[in-house]
Amino acid sequence: MNTCRIETPRTCAEASALLQALPDARVLAGGTDVVVRLKDQLIWPPLVEISRLAELHGMTEVDGWLRLGALSTWTEIERAALTARHADVLVEAAREVGSPQIRNRGTLGGNVANASPAGDSLPALIVLDAELELRGTQSTRRVAVAQFCCAPGKTVLAHDELIVAIWVPVRAGWRGAFVRLGQRAALAISKVSVAVRVLRADGIVQDSRITLGAVAPTVLRVPEAEAVLRGQRLSAAVMQAAAEVVCAAARPITDIRSNEPYRRAMCGELLQRALARLAEPTNPSDPSDPSDPSDKIT
Amino acid sequence: MMIRFTLNGTAVALETPGSKRVLDLLRDECGLTGTKEGCGKGECGACTILLDGRVANACLLLACQADGHEIVTIEGLEHAGQLAPIQQAFVDEGAVQCGFCIPGMVLAAHALLAGQPQPTDDEIKRGLAGNLCRCTGYRKIIAAVRRTAQAGNA
Repeated sequence: MNTCRIETPRTCAEASALLQALPDARVLAGGTDVVVRLKDQLIWPPLVEISRLAELHGMTEVDGWLRLGALSTWTEIERAALTARHADVLVEAAREVGSPQIRNRGTLGGNVANASPAGDSLPALIVLDAELELRGTQSTRRVAVAQFCCAPGKTVLAHDELIVAIWVPVRAGWRGAFVRLGQRAALAISKVSVAVRVLRADGIVQDSRITLGAVAPTVLRVPEAEAVLRGQRLSAAVMQAAAEVVCAAARPITDIRSNEPYRRAMCGELLQRALARLAEPTNPSDPSDPSDPSDKIT
Repeated sequence: MMIRFTLNGTAVALETPGSKRVLDLLRDECGLTGTKEGCGKGECGACTILLDGRVANACLLLACQADGHEIVTIEGLEHAGQLAPIQQAFVDEGAVQCGFCIPGMVLAAHALLAGQPQPTDDEIKRGLAGNLCRCTGYRKIIAAVRRTAQAGNA
């Protein structure tokens, strides 16, 4: 077993100062990625455990934005009325992550910071036009999620910075869907994922966002496919045309989880499945059904 | 570092490295070997515990993260020699072969029923999706959960 230095700061300022003082330190949140990776390392870096930072917890609606604390867990995102109302596509992604055990511990901020090409939060957050609140020792800044990841595992986050919150703009009338494929439903890293969000008036698409996960070094937004939808009804022909465009835009590789031609073909298939769900009439009992059961034992 | 937490209803304080896995803390320092190590990376669920009432993988949880929290292990489910209803249902259905996955499976089922007392079969499968069994299959396990739900005394 490894022993390493553990710091448990109480404030963001304290956490940032620790990170600045410890150049090889790693931030530990839920641990569902970090501890898995540390398991095979002989020497562990110092860990800055951030669960005690109050500012990183909780969800609120502020001035037209939904603020999700970076330590919001997948389970919390899956069940909250606020995310059901304003971030439908993120709720669908949350339901697909890992297992109940992983969803109870894994955090939204951690999934973003991990910057995996297959991270399930990223395609969903980008179609939501979400932004990140990053705080370091000197300043706080906002960065669009779409600008955050530069390469697999690489982000624009400075070493002394923490993701404090994820901000999602509140927009009326948009509906989204997230669809993914893995080796099995639970506990499988995505082979391909598609997130889509559409704004329609009288059935005509006014605006949309389409992203692909796990088929490029970072999440790919496909404006050419969004252009295909604009001004159209979500007919079978339009969905088919958009699907062909995303297949052409994808830049997948062959690796242990899947292969290039399959991933490319599935981009189109998953987009059609997502759009077909959105083409169905809106369920009036949707979207913020508060009858979410809780598995919390009191 | 000093770690204080509630373990199966009892307050405990242990001096231990903060980077020790809770799995090792429970097995080696608390003598509770019901919590098993399978894959050691959060995929098999053999190390499932309840952390503040919710299922978690003890192999991914470090001691520093247990400080101030409440942990229930498989040893904490029975009371005064009386099995919890879900444990009895596993016995009655014969839902056990080698038994290695069963502590985690039982805790996951227990947590599921606490939140959803009448789950559908799909909800049972989703609730147990983080727990792998490699010998007997899942039919009898699902039947045990269903039986407990039908008896209404989860």
